[in-house]
Amino acid sequence: MVRLPEPKTEILARREEIVAALRRLVPGGPLGEGVISEPLRLRPYETDGLTAYRQPPLAVVLPSSTEEVAAVLRYCHENGIRVVPRGAGTSLSGGALPLADAVVLGLMRLNRILEVDYANRLAVVEAGVTNLGITREVEGEGFFYAPDPSSQLACMIGGNVGMNSGGAHCLKYGVTANNLLGVKLVTIEGEVVEIGGGHLDPAGYDWLGLITGSEGQLGVVTEVTVRILRAAEGARAMLAAFRSNEVAGAAVDAIIGSGIIPVALEFMDRPAIHACEAFAQAGYPLDAEAMLIIEVEGSEEEQDRLLGRIREICARFDPISLRVAQTAEESLAIWKGRKGAFGAVGRISPDYLCMDGTIPTGELPHVLRRIGEMSRDYGLQVANIFHAGDGNLHPLIMFDANDPESVRRAEAFGADILTLCVEVGGCLTGEHGVGVEKRDLMRAQFTEAELRQQRALKSAFDPQWLLNPAKVFPLEDAPVPARAA
Amino acid sequence: MSGAEAIAPATEEEVAAAVAAAAAAGEPLAIEGNATKRAMLRPVQAARRLTLAGLTGITLYRPQELVIAARAGTPLPEIEAALAEKGQHLIAEPPDFRGLFGAEAPATLGGTVAANLSGPRRIASGAMRDHVIGIRAVNGRGEVFRSGGRVLKNVTGLDLCKLLTGAHGTLGVLTEITLKVLPAPEASGSLAVRVPDLAAGVRALCAGLGSPYGVSGAALLPEGVPEHGLAGPVALLRIEDFADSVAYRLGRLRGELAPHGAATPLEEAASRALWRAVRDAVPLGAAPEEAVWRVSVRPTAGPDVAAALRAAFGARLLLDWGGGLVWAAGPATAEAHEAVVRAAREAGGSFLLFRAPEPLRAAVAVMPEEPPPLAAIARRVKAVMDPAGVLNPGRMRAGF
Repeated sequence: MVRLPEPKTEILARREEIVAALRRLVPGGPLGEGVISEPLRLRPYETDGLTAYRQPPLAVVLPSSTEEVAAVLRYCHENGIRVVPRGAGTSLSGGALPLADAVVLGLMRLNRILEVDYANRLAVVEAGVTNLGITREVEGEGFFYAPDPSSQLACMIGGNVGMNSGGAHCLKYGVTANNLLGVKLVTIEGEVVEIGGGHLDPAGYDWLGLITGSEGQLGVVTEVTVRILRAAEGARAMLAAFRSNEVAGAAVDAIIGSGIIPVALEFMDRPAIHACEAFAQAGYPLDAEAMLIIEVEGSEEEQDRLLGRIREICARFDPISLRVAQTAEESLAIWKGRKGAFGAVGRISPDYLCMDGTIPTGELPHVLRRIGEMSRDYGLQVANIFHAGDGNLHPLIMFDANDPESVRRAEAFGADILTLCVEVGGCLTGEHGVGVEKRDLMRAQFTEAELRQQRALKSAFDPQWLLNPAKVFPLEDAPVPARAA
Repeated sequence: MSGAEAIAPATEEEVAAAVAAAAAAGEPLAIEGNATKRAMLRPVQAARRLTLAGLTGITLYRPQELVIAARAGTPLPEIEAALAEKGQHLIAEPPDFRGLFGAEAPATLGGTVAANLSGPRRIASGAMRDHVIGIRAVNGRGEVFRSGGRVLKNVTGLDLCKLLTGAHGTLGVLTEITLKVLPAPEASGSLAVRVPDLAAGVRALCAGLGSPYGVSGAALLPEGVPEHGLAGPVALLRIEDFADSVAYRLGRLRGELAPHGAATPLEEAASRALWRAVRDAVPLGAAPEEAVWRVSVRPTAGPDVAAALRAAFGARLLLDWGGGLVWAAGPATAEAHEAVVRAAREAGGSFLLFRAPEPLRAAVAVMPEEPPPLAAIARRVKAVMDPAGVLNPGRMRAGF
């Protein structure tokens, strides 16, 4: 179990009084009570997408408006109570892991779409609207919201802002930060501020950019103004399989070098191909060492031309197989295995850790070779899925959560992979966030002075460190006051 | 200030030492690259200038990884030339405001990032701030720090790349910047749509940007472009892609825009020249003694802002970013400025007094005030990054 800060005994002792006060602030409504405090009903909130760690909170509060969020934060601030903001609880880095003395601030009841403005290509939505819910709302008019994390059916836009979520299509469309226009932020003092709005690049400091990806350290986002985009006329995928990771990597370089930026460029290594094929029967070539899924957009003729060019490029790299989808159905079949990758790995292993580092794309063959060596040393299998265009690597480490030794080795293996990512010029996390999972590795990437400065910036927003503590920064570090950084 | 004594470090360590010394002595510094934007924002009260013009050179370029890094003082044209050699370009299409600012030397990378300056492609592909993936900088204590890195996807720690981009040197001195770049499109072309008025023009731009054809530039020229034989107002829409796609998409777009007015296709050279002019705000025709403002609003609010500024002081106008970026030129008076402030506020947008003679810049708020809770946070953030207040004091606001 990950180490968490000592609970404040005076807060634990006041539990009933705090719950009663929260009930007055958030009485609830048609969707149910506003505060959950019974131990059994707290269970669903004791973990998130990183299920290895569990900790029931003091209470869960479920506001239905920005005003209620502000009231809760004001109360918690006045009473020195820690707050853990939570959307759908899909974080893979433990970003929503509670603390024993913390109130979980669940935002799922803020689920209204407030405005859709097609002329200006934006939507204003509350933080608890799901990622896919935005696209569902606007797809009838041919629009979509671009970032598409794997959890997009469940994950909420507020959490996407907190983690600056990516997805398979961010090579062309960017990550969350590139698709936002504004947020409504509630400070720990309970003040509501509008940042940005419907317009681009407001003058002044880029608060929107600083808050995006700040993992709930700076404030609580209750509303988000997102850019919506008109979808391309169509999209189609192809599959290319190669004899080695090096050759597949060279093919990726050649595609990018030709001036084509596919909307998606996914790489799978041999274990990933085998796991996905066994699960989805997508017709993946089992004799390949590496496989690419490449997707392009445009009219039928444009798709034909682009896929033809990419096919020619791949043909120069002695491929084992090349399969260009001729229809949308064939395209879906190619994607079927990749989209089921997590389920596929879950079928062959009782548990797995989904890692998330980024590396310079040219380092891929070296990094995969080193991961293979570590896999043998640790005695744990690993399958690698890679957003090849942007260098974001997802090793899936298979282990058994019921075996403490297996858990220990999986965590150590994961830490070694991320340290390797930093060593080759990459970073600890590409899209999942630091959370609790990687906080103690932050020193591998940043100097003490850099961490001190970041902690002081947190203090500028949250002087008492009440917002989502024990995440992002190494635990043993005391808060750095904004004044004495 | 231009006559102030200059410190010209040749290395990052020397930058750090200069800032540390300034902080210890409590002597503010005006941070500059090639000083092309000295007439922008508020005048800085500083005894000494710290020029980054000596920190030059591309430090890393990996075309197949879509990444370039250069020291802050590197002239932008040098970076653009290196990219062009490999068929790539800067995604945000940063402008060349030498004409607007009456500068001779080209802008540096550091100055362009510090001011977050983006061109017409911003509407489709993001601003400069969207493509800064790594920085090295010196804070107001004289400490070197990094944020981001050299990979395209990175959410490790707080994003100080974005905080410093557009902070005009008030939170740190950028010493090296890493950018995401992209292949330059093989071809480009434009349609010029003759529209009856600005509102109709913005409707045409919105229709184009809401089409599936990937419009990468959408501007509105109220007076037309006489040298290209285009009478005003004229809406300009650009497509950049492979040559066969440009031809196909322009054809489809022309059909889609038919209800908005007659569309004339522009041949590639003319199209490129015209967009360069839009990028650099040339059609605004701002006279040296005039003030220039930028107002950012929802695109459909652009025509109302434009009309208000015309009525208030006979503003000359140029609309970019689908109508959401309103450039205005007019007399450098407090009354004209107040009209801009009011128009931006009524439209729910933001404004910037982009260029003006010093007396006006010194006398007015050059950008909107922040709400009190954010202003308090801003003061604390400034105190973290620059406790002695030596970095470009007063450049953005009093105290910042």
